[in-house]
Amino acid sequence: MATPAGLTLKRTALYEAHRAAGARMVEFGGWEMPLEYTGIMQEHLAVRTRAGLFDVSHMGEIELRGSGALALLQYVTSNDVARLAVGQAQYTALMYPQGSAVDDCLVHRLAEDHYLLCVNAANTEKDFEWITRHNSWGASVRDVSHEYSQLALQGPRAAAILARLTDADLGAIKYYCFRPATCCGVGGLLARTGYTGEDGFEFYFPPSESERVWSALLDAGKPDGLLPAGLGARNTLRLEAAYPLYGHELDEETTLLEAGLGWICKFDKGEFLGRAALLAEQQHGLRKKLVGFEMLGRGIARDGYPVWIGGEPAGRVTSGSYAPFLRRNIGLAYVLPSEAAVAGREIAVEIRGQRVAARLVPLPFYKRTAKS
Amino acid sequence: MYPQELLYTREHEWIRVDELTGTIGITDHAQKELGDIVFVELPKVGDQVVARESFGTVESVKAVSDVYSPVTGEVVAVNKKLQESPELLNADPHGEAWLIKVRLRDRKETEGLMTAEQYEAYVREGAGH
Repeated sequence: MATPAGLTLKRTALYEAHRAAGARMVEFGGWEMPLEYTGIMQEHLAVRTRAGLFDVSHMGEIELRGSGALALLQYVTSNDVARLAVGQAQYTALMYPQGSAVDDCLVHRLAEDHYLLCVNAANTEKDFEWITRHNSWGASVRDVSHEYSQLALQGPRAAAILARLTDADLGAIKYYCFRPATCCGVGGLLARTGYTGEDGFEFYFPPSESERVWSALLDAGKPDGLLPAGLGARNTLRLEAAYPLYGHELDEETTLLEAGLGWICKFDKGEFLGRAALLAEQQHGLRKKLVGFEMLGRGIARDGYPVWIGGEPAGRVTSGSYAPFLRRNIGLAYVLPSEAAVAGREIAVEIRGQRVAARLVPLPFYKRTAKS
Repeated sequence: MYPQELLYTREHEWIRVDELTGTIGITDHAQKELGDIVFVELPKVGDQVVARESFGTVESVKAVSDVYSPVTGEVVAVNKKLQESPELLNADPHGEAWLIKVRLRDRKETEGLMTAEQYEAYVREGAGH
């Protein structure tokens, strides 16, 4: 398969395993990735009710080391890295001076002066160059993406399945924590993180062991109804949980405040890229804001569809789909901030030239109930 | 796989012609390519459809796909079951999940369509992507 530009797509170490499992492959961020195996609906429901296994080895990894690493990270990201203990991870954004995101990512603190960023596949090079360009602290910055495969085991049964294969005490790994651990004898980093709205783990390990870990997890999870899951389900799951996707809810034009990510903007940590722009925006008001809606009339809102509020054009849909678990048609959109742009209000989404009724709803659409 | 009594388009629709009525649907290949179908939008009885023009939309979780009419004519029936159960299109695309019935204006319009053998070869060659 080749991109329109004639570039060869990258493949993860599990490419052959995906083909053998009957996956339909698609291009995503320069990679040839599984879209679905048995079907998006089944895979989505497996993750919500049992468990799903995702190959997310396309994600990029960037390593920062040295005495200047913390200062560099504090300057290029919006969240407060100093609050991280060794063994903790943090959701954050790499920042442009205008308050928008170069990328959104996870920072893991591996050791005192050693950090690992997990970034979006399509943004890896851009992120690496951006961090390197702002490295006035002499930190060592390396793109180590090729050193890691990454699997995400997600769903209410994830911990029970993983417990059969790991030496780690999973009960001791809290949400957004990680530690070195083995899975079927393969050593790596095991983090309690994910992008589905469920409990689950992400395992970073050497690519040469990919097939072994992938098969061992699928076999171990068979009695629990574990299914391999593709990017299709990953997208509908993250949408139900209202997690932003770079290129949809986040881009160079959208500030973190507009994206509803004020909670990862730590203004009291000191200077960082975009800080002044975000503070000014906070004072003068937002130009647009992210809202969630569900369709009342018949139709599925899709990316780019116009949104109308009170008979006026108000914005555009950034992500829209049928939500397999909620069994409703839902979406995220950027609209002009106004008194009418609040949860409960009726709006319209323009679908193929027709305005179809929808209602603004609080986010997230889906939140898992806490374990009893 | 593909029923002999149907004729097929390059856009992966089928039509079964009885006298002057054509029953139209999408092919098994089309439903497989789309994946889980969750929404179907069809014209109303009395609407006109035009050969090679879009008359409706079929949406899966992931994709939106136009459906093109193989013939010109007036819609005389619409499969209402699909509104409540669009997943029928995945289960039985050549049978229970027909989309519309049309009164043909000109039977000759079906002459350029593919037979089951021709369509099967067309799909096998990976055409229409």
